[in-house]
Amino acid sequence: MKKETDTDIKSNQEQSQPSPDNGNQFSSSRRRFFKLLGGGIAVTFVLQDAFAFLADPENTAVLQQASPKEVGAWIHIGENDVITVYTGKVEVGQNIRTSLAQVVAEELHVPMASITMVMGDTDLTPYDAGTFGSRSTPSMGPQLRKAAATAQAMLLDMAAEQWKVNISALRVADGKVINTKNNKSLSFGQISKGKQLLKEISDNTSLTPTEKWRVAGTSVPKVNGRDLITGRHKFVSDLKQPGMLYGKVLRAPAFGASLATVDLSAAKAMPGVVVVQEDDFIGVAAPDAPTAAKAIEAIEVSWNKTQQPSRSNIFDYLKQHATDGRGGRGSAEKGSIAQGMAAADKKLAATYKVDYIAHAPMEPRAAVAQWENGKLTVWTGTQRPFGVQDDLASKFNLPKEKVRVIMPDTGSAYGGKHSGEAAVEAARLAKAAQKPVKLTWTREEEFTWAYFRPAGVIEVSSGVKNDGILTSWEFHNYNSGPSGIRTPYEVPNQQIQYHPVESPLYQGSYRGLASTANIFVLESQMDDLASLVNMDPLEFRLKNLQEPRLKAVFEAAAKGFGWGKTKPAPNHGYGIGGGTEKAGFTATCAEIAVDPGTGDVKIVRITTAFECGAIINPEHLDNQILGAIVQGLGGALFEAVDFENGKILNPHFAQYRVPRFKDTPAIEIITLNRKDLPSAGAGEAPIVGIAPAIRNAIADATGVRLKTLPLVPDGLKANLGAP
Amino acid sequence: MELQVNGIKHTVSAWSETSLLYVLRDELDLTGSKYGCGEGQCGACTVLMDGKAVRSCRVPLSATQGKQITTIEGLEKEGQLHPVQEALLNVDVFQCGYCAPGMIMSAVALLETNPQPSEEEIVAHMNGNVCRCGTYPRIVRAIKEASNA
Repeated sequence: MKKETDTDIKSNQEQSQPSPDNGNQFSSSRRRFFKLLGGGIAVTFVLQDAFAFLADPENTAVLQQASPKEVGAWIHIGENDVITVYTGKVEVGQNIRTSLAQVVAEELHVPMASITMVMGDTDLTPYDAGTFGSRSTPSMGPQLRKAAATAQAMLLDMAAEQWKVNISALRVADGKVINTKNNKSLSFGQISKGKQLLKEISDNTSLTPTEKWRVAGTSVPKVNGRDLITGRHKFVSDLKQPGMLYGKVLRAPAFGASLATVDLSAAKAMPGVVVVQEDDFIGVAAPDAPTAAKAIEAIEVSWNKTQQPSRSNIFDYLKQHATDGRGGRGSAEKGSIAQGMAAADKKLAATYKVDYIAHAPMEPRAAVAQWENGKLTVWTGTQRPFGVQDDLASKFNLPKEKVRVIMPDTGSAYGGKHSGEAAVEAARLAKAAQKPVKLTWTREEEFTWAYFRPAGVIEVSSGVKNDGILTSWEFHNYNSGPSGIRTPYEVPNQQIQYHPVESPLYQGSYRGLASTANIFVLESQMDDLASLVNMDPLEFRLKNLQEPRLKAVFEAAAKGFGWGKTKPAPNHGYGIGGGTEKAGFTATCAEIAVDPGTGDVKIVRITTAFECGAIINPEHLDNQILGAIVQGLGGALFEAVDFENGKILNPHFAQYRVPRFKDTPAIEIITLNRKDLPSAGAGEAPIVGIAPAIRNAIADATGVRLKTLPLVPDGLKANLGAP
Repeated sequence: MELQVNGIKHTVSAWSETSLLYVLRDELDLTGSKYGCGEGQCGACTVLMDGKAVRSCRVPLSATQGKQITTIEGLEKEGQLHPVQEALLNVDVFQCGYCAPGMIMSAVALLETNPQPSEEEIVAHMNGNVCRCGTYPRIVRAIKEASNA
């Protein structure tokens, strides 16, 4: 819990000491703080840490260590009526820039247009661990609401004092405090004029109840939408600095390869080209990108290769190199598997295999790095600006305040941009060249040297009574990861284990993380169990489910889809799947059609129901669900990273198929608005029901119960041929 | 070499085999056209050449001689957005927006030759443009809206 002491500082020097031991420090910090921001009032978070940091005159950064352990944010109300929100969160297409501004506009009673969001700049925004795990809406949203409400309370107090009236006579609208007795008004800027007031966010502040929302809860359009459709927005890859060079890095031919011999002389002889070699890192910076590419080509190099896994043996590799997993992340144990299996009328065991897949964000990794007077500034597209700041500080042995990372709104991530590879590479080149350097990864580099959603093997063994009650559930996940590993169904006897493996390819986060694998297996197995006891798949799920929010989305999806109302046409099938992840609840129904001649599978229609508490922006929520469905289709049907002996074989869009216009079926999205519940994030969870719903629909149409992701990269012909 | 972009004649220093996308972005600082793959597979770099949609990453500078190039920067006329841009804004289509300029140029080219396309025609024409955020149905809706404008 945060302290609720009022650290309001009046401009009067005598009143500006919150505690006797750091008074001088405090007031000098406050002066520096407002020097950077301009006068006005500000509401911040964990104020003491911020002042301790600002007290160091060497620091040019503002509040970057304000709250190292927690998510931080603050709001400044300027004398010019401009309201600036500072948050370490970043925009990668999830429209958080819009929805966070909405909650501030709501609590402050100001028009959206008066709010400027400063995001993901390590010099200007408080520390933030990163934009991932669907945390921005549930954790940053409420903090900003409290900060805004605290600011409004301050403004009311100040207006009441100025007019010598009781606060109850005042109301706030459109960025003004209005005296209801005489209809006089003061804008927020007028009230804050000449002031330099700081206040800590109060946990006591009363927030606008959801049912009274007027800005939050509505479909406010994307705040910088016009910049994107006119090409005016500058992504990192669009940035230029005076005198900037263009970088390129020499890449190994495969994972596990190391440098044997290298001759840099031809590259070094090229005019204007700077060549850098530090151990296995070799890169160049040149006056233009074609010259940089030519310089890399001019390097004569040979590599020592090592034996590496291939896609054809990856699943054996993962099983063989797995750790025990007992007691590790995601593990759960309950009852006795032996007793559970003994109590079962029917038993079912299966092994599932899930390929590596790529995020393939449309904007590949990029960075612009610049060294100036011993300070490094890097613009880069990352979900963790402060994490990349740490990486850079440690790489170049710099104090953190000598490293600034700035993240302009970036061309998507989907969990794939937690890291800062391009930032470190560009900074190395810029340091050697003593000029700013831009490095933009090629699509091939992005497909090879970024990281993938993990491949995995999942073994599940389960038991059920003839009446459809689950008795036993044993689940072993090798390398896919622990997210979504626990079953939401009621099973008295459970053993669930995640067995980590040292992955031969780079792997990391993804949209919905491992739940795209775990819930696929869970919901496929549930379908097969339903079939074993001759129950309708929906009825079987509901019978074993108590979580009311998950039940509600299953029922909503089924109703929208018309589940149980019609039989599928010949060669068509219906399937259902769902689950919960990151406090979002989702269920999908799918209709597919199989061409019995060619084995081609076509998705006819998808109905997804989703619930994430109180909805902040209905259109943007709809768009996130749509995005999750379309991305989910790719991972379900055909996406897979192919590799042989550590070399990626399909690092291009021509070979790595992603969903396109033609792959998109009819889509129905149903959102359940639970105004009584806190808002949760929505970028990830709606993806988890897609693959199992499609898989189960294929089973319904053909009887083929697929156990791989992707399901049908080459259609179903091979499966239909075998009886 | 010379290059006619958005009605303005430029003299550029790049070699004749250099890609149009490179010249637009790095020489002329018209960064609205995006690099997405460099092989004509994603459509992020789409521009108009004499009114036809082309993938500028696959067009060498030599092939642009005597042609009129239109990029995303040339669509807005005196603050007035093109109907396709208006419709995309109205439907609030985009998430990250990196694919947007290429999508818009492809859609503009479609409506030039086929002012009232069917949904199937829109899907067929736009299939070479990738939106990894998955906004396809919204883009289709916006193009339909623009075609009725």
